[in-house]
Amino acid sequence: MEPTPTPLLDPKVPNGPIADMWENHKFSMNLVNPSNKRKFEVIVVGTGLAGASAAATLGELGYRVKSFTFHDSPRRAHSIAAQGGINGAKNYPNDGDSVHRLFYDTVKGGDYRSREANVHRLAEVSVNIIDQATAQGVPFARDYGGLLDNRSFGGAQVSRTFYARGQTGQQLLLGAYSALMRQVAAGSVELHNRSELLDVVVKDGRACGIVTRDLLSGEITPHSAHAVVLATGGYGNVYFLSTNAMMCNVTAAWRAHRRGALFANPCYTQIHPTCIPASDDFQSKLTLMSESLRNDGRIWVPSASDEGRLPGDIPEAERDYYLERKYPAFGNLVPRDVASRNAKTVVDAGHGVGPLLNGVYLDFAAAIERDGHDAIAARYGNLFDMYQRITGETPYSTPMRIYPASHYTMGGLWVDYHLMTNVPGLYAIGEANFSDHGANRLGASALMQGLADGYFVLPYTIGDDLADLLGDPVVPTNDPVFTSAVAGIEDETGRWLSTDGTRSVDHFHRELGRMVWDNIGMARNERGLRQVLSDIPALREEFCRDVRVLGSANTLNQSLEKVGRVADFFDLAELMARDALEREESCGGHFREEHQTTEGEARRDDENFSHVAAWEWNGPDIAQTRHIEELTFDNVALSQRSYK
Amino acid sequence: MNDTISVTIKVWRQENPDAPGRFETHPQEITTDASFLEMLDLLNEQLNDRGEEPIVFESDCREGICGTCGLMINGRAHGPQKATATCQLHMREFEDGDEIVIEPFRAAGFPVIRDLAVDRSPLDHIIESGGFISVGSGAAPDANLTPVAREAAEKAFDAAACIGCGACVAACPNSAAQLFTSAKVGHMALLPQGQPERWSRTEAMVEVMESYFGSCTNHGECHEACPKEISLDFIAYLNRDYVKAKVKNRALSGQR
Repeated sequence: MEPTPTPLLDPKVPNGPIADMWENHKFSMNLVNPSNKRKFEVIVVGTGLAGASAAATLGELGYRVKSFTFHDSPRRAHSIAAQGGINGAKNYPNDGDSVHRLFYDTVKGGDYRSREANVHRLAEVSVNIIDQATAQGVPFARDYGGLLDNRSFGGAQVSRTFYARGQTGQQLLLGAYSALMRQVAAGSVELHNRSELLDVVVKDGRACGIVTRDLLSGEITPHSAHAVVLATGGYGNVYFLSTNAMMCNVTAAWRAHRRGALFANPCYTQIHPTCIPASDDFQSKLTLMSESLRNDGRIWVPSASDEGRLPGDIPEAERDYYLERKYPAFGNLVPRDVASRNAKTVVDAGHGVGPLLNGVYLDFAAAIERDGHDAIAARYGNLFDMYQRITGETPYSTPMRIYPASHYTMGGLWVDYHLMTNVPGLYAIGEANFSDHGANRLGASALMQGLADGYFVLPYTIGDDLADLLGDPVVPTNDPVFTSAVAGIEDETGRWLSTDGTRSVDHFHRELGRMVWDNIGMARNERGLRQVLSDIPALREEFCRDVRVLGSANTLNQSLEKVGRVADFFDLAELMARDALEREESCGGHFREEHQTTEGEARRDDENFSHVAAWEWNGPDIAQTRHIEELTFDNVALSQRSYK
Repeated sequence: MNDTISVTIKVWRQENPDAPGRFETHPQEITTDASFLEMLDLLNEQLNDRGEEPIVFESDCREGICGTCGLMINGRAHGPQKATATCQLHMREFEDGDEIVIEPFRAAGFPVIRDLAVDRSPLDHIIESGGFISVGSGAAPDANLTPVAREAAEKAFDAAACIGCGACVAACPNSAAQLFTSAKVGHMALLPQGQPERWSRTEAMVEVMESYFGSCTNHGECHEACPKEISLDFIAYLNRDYVKAKVKNRALSGQR
């Protein structure tokens, strides 16, 4: 069936040249005067970089903010685990960087599947983020003159990445968290920790609040507001094994989707090439090893399949340095998607290493011989220590074993230029939305986007919408839209607790993750996608019938928390498969085996697929409707990536 | 490298904050490649299969940075391995036949919620009282306007590395939170950006800290348990700044 464009998908991009667009638009937007801001209530869900920065900034501006996190403290959000750095077009190194170059690199890196206007604005405010974080006391790396240091990162030819050792995400989040806590102390932000969003409430087409569950008491509570902001992260845990934290989930975004918000490009997922492989069947998560290791490590597998020898016993002639062989120009430094796919190819062909034959070697022997043990220890010592803690092996004498893992999701809730979903009053920011990264995210850009949205974009755009509501009260929480939503959640909770099945939630999540990883992972094809589209509903049916959730609804009950999240992952997985099936091209993280060049590289179809696919929920067990937003590229010329 | 060991798990169970707790004993066979929390995941799966409620314990990132996990393992906060959060501890640190005693973090300031989960929100209240630099979004000058000596920036980072897990409190015989508080105060006091509010911040944070936690008597157990090896020096700096703050914050600010 031909997809039909609908008015739902007007991105509301302002007219005019892109370089002045945001500046001009800021002037044309409505303002809410300072004394009127306190008349508006805003709910912000999530306290990662996007949520904490948005809640703090809106509180500073004078809005009455309610901030929600399901963690015990806002500081625990998974932004904290980002290692590498944050991009900013400061051009401090004087190496030719500019806002336009960061914009260009991001559009190209996203394989021409992002919206130019949003990306340009992101590049513009990137410089303000660095200033803001530094003023908050974020201890970025400095040179001996006391000024900020930069390093280079994948996908760029300039050094524009600011970093704080290997803990950039932690330091930026602590900055945003401290700004948030300052507003909590000032009384402008009301903090609700250990509270999980279970529904988004919409009245007469406009978002008017949320329903949460208190994770300690089990109480289901409605909250009303003039606007609702979701900053609830990505859905990488659909794969079960990922570098995401254990509690990361899609529930907030998915429940918004079920209330009418379109879900865009769910098949765009990023697989990170350098993670530690699973060591056994009950592995709970995968740990990322910084991409910087590929600067000095050489990737190889034994030439023979089913090799039994230890790596040190395999002579040079019997090793396949497959990236150096296939990509002489970039070698081990090819982009993330290329490195990941090639690892899968060699492991699938029986060349995998390690006890479960599920990894490839990342070998530092040559670098240690060239630069010496101490130089390598200075560069990667902390990473080597972490690897040793997890595997019990030391990379100084044994090659590391690595394998790709799910890391980031570019897809998410569809938003317009104002970061508002198609549901008026409902916003999505950070990884929870689909914007800015297209089909592939460049390194050090996730932190940038989360903070751009929260500090410098949403606080402007939300006022334009709220200004029209001046004098309108919030919908009272005893309104039928709220009471029926609360009743719905209570029913759902009761249903899970009385299912009386035999197997744990994790059991089903693991099975689902395996299916999604095998068929909607690094490489997809029509046969696999069709297969998984029939396998997922079958497993879901079993899940609904046979899951066992013990305990009660009115205590801390972690199985009960998980079961709802996994139920939403089932729905999402099905949509990912459909999205991947309909996108008959390869782009960025979405690689369709049918669409590759003779050399095995991704082949886009700009003629037919230069668009965003955004899906509309039509009810359970009814196929979703695919809407599209056409993408135009007026400022960046489309080209085919090549790393040969 | 991949061995299976048999251990005996003695784990604390407690229904709710007011219920009396008790130890429960479970034999467990586990590969030494598993992490400590994966061993508990497996035990929970077995309990669930038998129709018994799983053990509540908290964790999130499982890479030692979010600070959510934290257990007393054989009487030590985060267990036997130095500079390692519970989530990064692996079973190869244990021997076949070991008995492993698992308890929640024990401190008056951290009441038990259920089983191994405790309430650490007092740490947030300490931050709320002053653990920030007051700069509104958009009010920041250019990041390179103020150079910071590299040594100072590095030292500030050493303090800022704190993950807020609360192991320092759990390890302390007095349940004091000096290492946590001093890390946050030290991080900001070492940077030029932190100077304007230095004295008011120090006094406010110490006072909130003392309303929840015991007093520091320089045992040093906190540093031993800290997964980020935060230095005891920061406690000395905190004490110094607190005394100074007490003088400077009086109505003599013109004479600073």
